[in-house]
Amino acid sequence: MINKTVSNVEEACKGIKDSMTLMLGGFGLSGIPENAIKELVRLNIQDVTCISNNAGVDDFGLGLLLRKHQIKKMISSYVGENKEFERQMLSGEMEVELIPQGTLAQRCQAAQSGIPAFFTPAGYGTEVAEGKETREFDGKMHVMEKAFKADFAFIKAWKGDEAGNLIFKGTARNFNANMSGAAKITVAEVEELVPAGELDPNQIHIPGIFVQRIFQGKDYEKRIEQRTVRPKK
Amino acid sequence: MSLSKEQIAQRIAKEVKDGYYVNLGIGIPTLVANYVRDDIQVEFQSENGILGMGPFPLEGEEDPDLINAGKQTITALPGASFFDSAMSFSMIRGQHVDLTILGSMEVAQNGNIANWKIPGKMVKGMGGAMDLVASAENIIVAMMHTNRAGASKLLKECTLPLTGVECVRKIVTNLAVLEIKDNAFHLLERAPGVSIDEIKEATEGELVVNGEIPEMKF
Repeated sequence: MINKTVSNVEEACKGIKDSMTLMLGGFGLSGIPENAIKELVRLNIQDVTCISNNAGVDDFGLGLLLRKHQIKKMISSYVGENKEFERQMLSGEMEVELIPQGTLAQRCQAAQSGIPAFFTPAGYGTEVAEGKETREFDGKMHVMEKAFKADFAFIKAWKGDEAGNLIFKGTARNFNANMSGAAKITVAEVEELVPAGELDPNQIHIPGIFVQRIFQGKDYEKRIEQRTVRPKK
Repeated sequence: MSLSKEQIAQRIAKEVKDGYYVNLGIGIPTLVANYVRDDIQVEFQSENGILGMGPFPLEGEEDPDLINAGKQTITALPGASFFDSAMSFSMIRGQHVDLTILGSMEVAQNGNIANWKIPGKMVKGMGGAMDLVASAENIIVAMMHTNRAGASKLLKECTLPLTGVECVRKIVTNLAVLEIKDNAFHLLERAPGVSIDEIKEATEGELVVNGEIPEMKF
């Protein structure tokens, strides 16, 4: 077993510098690396490029970095929940690249897999395809998209072991699985860290080879963005 | 009488067939799930990573790790599965999903769709919409026939930045059911009590009316 554990978030974030490109897992506020985000705020890292499907809300998730103006550029698919984000984007304070969600996922997946580029029909004929190579396959037009290159990937899982093996819960898997191993260093934070051997190898979603550092996260808020319920009868 | 959003959803639900995997967009499309017949087998996919999405949870049973693409708390039905985002879009681009229902700001008579950006004003992003419209064979747009200012959303050409090209085949609005072919909107059904003239009035793009146009049935 190769032990990937580090004792805390400070150790997990060693080597982060200004102007780096960071991947952050999660969809909305579900499955976001809460501990790592707080640490990025504490370290006051500047001018980072963030690859993340969403940008958090005004007072949580990536919104925390946004309001301290730490983000130079965001690469996302949907940013509708964050007023400060919209303000910084429309005023030009922050650069924003909006890309289709499936393309975002696949560019992570391609980076993880060592595939430099791929063709997708998504975005053909739209401003997303501007300046990109296009090609026809089987009578249909496609756009060439490239694998991301990132310095750190911050992901969050439900359970993990010392070897870096990960298990996700529910829809919190989302981009966390695709960003693992997609950057030079993948940092996984987990709700429950267990000794190697305690997780059933049949149930592992992401093998530890894709994870360089793993730590036991703490104080998870796990906020709900849109609480929708049926009344109890 | 022009339809309510619920009635638009109710009409679209009739397009959902036995054995379909269906992706529902945010807004009116989400309501479609409430009206699908319960004697057919259908599974709803949400692109953030669930197949077999169920209704909202009972009060007190919300789970932050169980949401749909609109970030709403949901439940998982028996037979459901969870997966990562890349696999989710493999289902979509790979055409394993049978029907996509989504909202829009504009649709053009050639099937172009624009629903993600108003330059300088509103930029929320496309989410999964570009992947969905570029890949799905079977796309239904659910929207109001006109915008809040009263202007038609069924146009000769889209004025907003496009989400996809020549991809929409069917539209259900508060006034009508329309099919797009041969570079025109073909009127198939009208909302109960809505006249063809009212529909013509609200449609900027070319509208083809062939023969008797029946009223929608629910």
